[in-house]
Amino acid sequence: MTDATVPNDPAAPVRDAEGIAAAVQKSLKKRYARETRFKLYGVAAIGFALAVLVLLFFTIISNGYTAFVQTKVQLPIDLAQSEIDPDGSGDPEVIGKANYRSLVFNAMRGEFPSVSGRTNRRALTGLLSSGADFELREAVLADPSLIGGVRQVWLTMSDDADVFIKGRSTDVDLADGRGRVSLFDESGVVTVTSGEDDFAQALTDVKDALAEQAVRAENEAARRQGSIALFTAALNENPSEEKAAELREDLERTRAEIIDFEARAADLRDRAAAAGGEEAMDSSMPSYFAVVNGGVVKATSVSANSLTGEVILPLDSLDPAAAGDWRVLSLETPEESRRVKDNQAVWLWTLQQEGKVETKFNTTFFTAGDSREPEQAGIWGAAVGSFWTLLVTLLLSFPIGVMAAVYLEEFAPKNRWTDLVEVNINNLAAVPSIVFGLLGLAMFLNVFGLPRSAPLVGGMVLTLMTLPTIIIASRAALKSVPPSIREAALGMGASRLQAMTHHVLPLALPGMLTGTIIGMAQALGETAPLLMIGMVAFIVDIPGGMTDPATVLPVQIFLWADAPERAFVERTSAAIMVLLGFLILMNLTAVLLRKKFETRW
Amino acid sequence: MSMTEDSQTPEASTPVETLTTETTPKMIGRDVSVFYADKQALFDVDIDIVEKEVTALIGPSGCGKSTFLRCMNRMNDVIEGCSVTGTISMDDGDIYDPKVDVVQLRARVGMVFQKPNPFPKSIYENVAYGPRIHGLAANKAEMDAIVESSLRRASLWEEVKDRLEQPGTGLSGGQQQRLCIARAIAVEPEVILMDEPCSALDPIATARIEELIHELRENFTIVIVTHSMQQAARVSQKTAFFHLGNLVEYGETEVLFTNPSDERTQGYITGRFG
Repeated sequence: MTDATVPNDPAAPVRDAEGIAAAVQKSLKKRYARETRFKLYGVAAIGFALAVLVLLFFTIISNGYTAFVQTKVQLPIDLAQSEIDPDGSGDPEVIGKANYRSLVFNAMRGEFPSVSGRTNRRALTGLLSSGADFELREAVLADPSLIGGVRQVWLTMSDDADVFIKGRSTDVDLADGRGRVSLFDESGVVTVTSGEDDFAQALTDVKDALAEQAVRAENEAARRQGSIALFTAALNENPSEEKAAELREDLERTRAEIIDFEARAADLRDRAAAAGGEEAMDSSMPSYFAVVNGGVVKATSVSANSLTGEVILPLDSLDPAAAGDWRVLSLETPEESRRVKDNQAVWLWTLQQEGKVETKFNTTFFTAGDSREPEQAGIWGAAVGSFWTLLVTLLLSFPIGVMAAVYLEEFAPKNRWTDLVEVNINNLAAVPSIVFGLLGLAMFLNVFGLPRSAPLVGGMVLTLMTLPTIIIASRAALKSVPPSIREAALGMGASRLQAMTHHVLPLALPGMLTGTIIGMAQALGETAPLLMIGMVAFIVDIPGGMTDPATVLPVQIFLWADAPERAFVERTSAAIMVLLGFLILMNLTAVLLRKKFETRW
Repeated sequence: MSMTEDSQTPEASTPVETLTTETTPKMIGRDVSVFYADKQALFDVDIDIVEKEVTALIGPSGCGKSTFLRCMNRMNDVIEGCSVTGTISMDDGDIYDPKVDVVQLRARVGMVFQKPNPFPKSIYENVAYGPRIHGLAANKAEMDAIVESSLRRASLWEEVKDRLEQPGTGLSGGQQQRLCIARAIAVEPEVILMDEPCSALDPIATARIEELIHELRENFTIVIVTHSMQQAARVSQKTAFFHLGNLVEYGETEVLFTNPSDERTQGYITGRFG
């Protein structure tokens, strides 16, 4: 940029004082603007990072916090002496062999005596965890004084019941009846007729569902139009007589189907559009129930002011009920799209109303190993596996890493070989972790014949992975010790080893520990190399040592994320929370350690 | 001294003055040359360090005075690519003899550095470190006695006797330097080398160190590198002037400062260069 007022003569003064001041003023403005922009970029970057972090935590916590509680049911269980320990021996062997399953099932059936039929009774006892009888057995073995009477016992419910009670299966809505209802029973099918339009919402839902069905029927018809075009084209190509007959037949059938679908669509759309009337319900529609006179009626057809359906829980009487004395219960998710069926949902809801179903702190999650049943699965097995694995990693990588760093930094001559070693240590840090897994598989398992799935091998593989981190951090820590300390020690007549061990190492140790903890945190979160050496197995037992089959926290998360059960979703998130908790704790320790031992020179 | 045809090497020095007869040389350097990789930093230095006297090494920056000082307790050994030729003998033994243990040598020749560098440990531990690694104290009481006398001789005792367990790095700069001196004398060295011990200190702390050097002279042979000619004049009996790696002039401090025989010395002490 040239200033027109300044002549292009080098001898002349370029600018007078005023001109310089103005130019500086101008450039200052620009500089400030640039600074402000730079700050804004920085704030935006940090804001974005924080937002992502908050989103991450929000997702994980909102998904996972419910896994820390578990739905339990309180059942009065008849622990009769004659059933459990007929001779009164008090021998745990005898007590342990009693039929707890039937005790638990009987107690559950006792809650709903009206439930009859094999399928329904199985649906009822299916609400209990398959481990409920073991739970009772453990409780009785732990406290034999329970024997000889009816005891109220809290037992774990199944994962489906758990998901329903936690509201993750369907939205449950309860509305008070506004009109006075009269009841009419016709051979088990009860009609509930209200003085007000209490079932208008149900009817709307049904009509919405009908409209959806109409759209689906139209789509089917449209799809068949495409087939007709194909068939016609094929016919125009002069096929053989036989083939032509076949095609004509197909054409006929498809045309009939189209007419059928179109008629159905028209009918459905008419019904959906028409106001009022009575409509039948099926399992693809939200479920509606009338809760009246101590019983529950499930709607199979509904109009704006009446509901007709089968009795799920028997009514005390068919007397009319006043407004406010009865209620409409609705489950938003259609029955066919949820694991808990309508009758099970009503039982659960009833137990919940009676205060017999509660969510209690989920100790199982923190004390059990893995399980196929979500309500019996816990992270303790994986946590212990992680502990053993990390112990091996620490015991191997810390001494090896520190010694390598000390030798390279303090004693090794600087020549081509040490340069090569240095470059390769840095390269090692960049090797994908799964490659270390392959190495572990090929060397530790196949050549050395070490046990599969064992924390010992996992720890060895993770050692390979963490070593570069520790060596690099340790060397940096050693470098940061001022040379004056070394000189002082050497000047006092200390040998190089003494100067190292007495002065340099203690000063570098906090930095080394920080590096080690960060390396350990990395190792704690590592999954890929462990998959290779078989630590991805389904292991129920808590590992008792370094050679027992085990899995680790991140692999457990991986396994649960893969599981089809709905209840594993929240457990996955909960396990992530636990893992993140450990990682944050470790990094916090590293930070505190650094703060505490930070030496100012 | 080997004669070299290299014209770059200035005519080494005026002949070393004959030293007064009643003093005995503690350390004798002959033909001392130092090379950093292939760069020569010191050219054929001949010097006699007199016992129980203070010898000051002066000269402009990069003249080799610190290099020579560090040769005297082989601190240059730890520097990669540094090699020393010639002989430095102490009480008739060459300190560069392969049979000489460098640890033992450094116990006899202590060192105080430019920047106070106490260990980040307690004051007590700082002083006790040398005696401990050399096994000079049989028990705690002896060690206490060594620590106390060392601190007293470094005239630091009165200031720190109530806080011996506090970190040495918490002291003021001058105190830290006196602590380093106490640490050095705790092993009873015969020679103490001081590498610009006051350059990081204020004038008051400097005065105290100089006073201390005076007192220490009774028991120790002291070699001090300094940038301050006034300091050299105040504390030393002998002064050696180094220039471009050569020992230009060496003699009685008074003579060297009042009547230098070499014009480079003359130029340096009158402030014409350096």
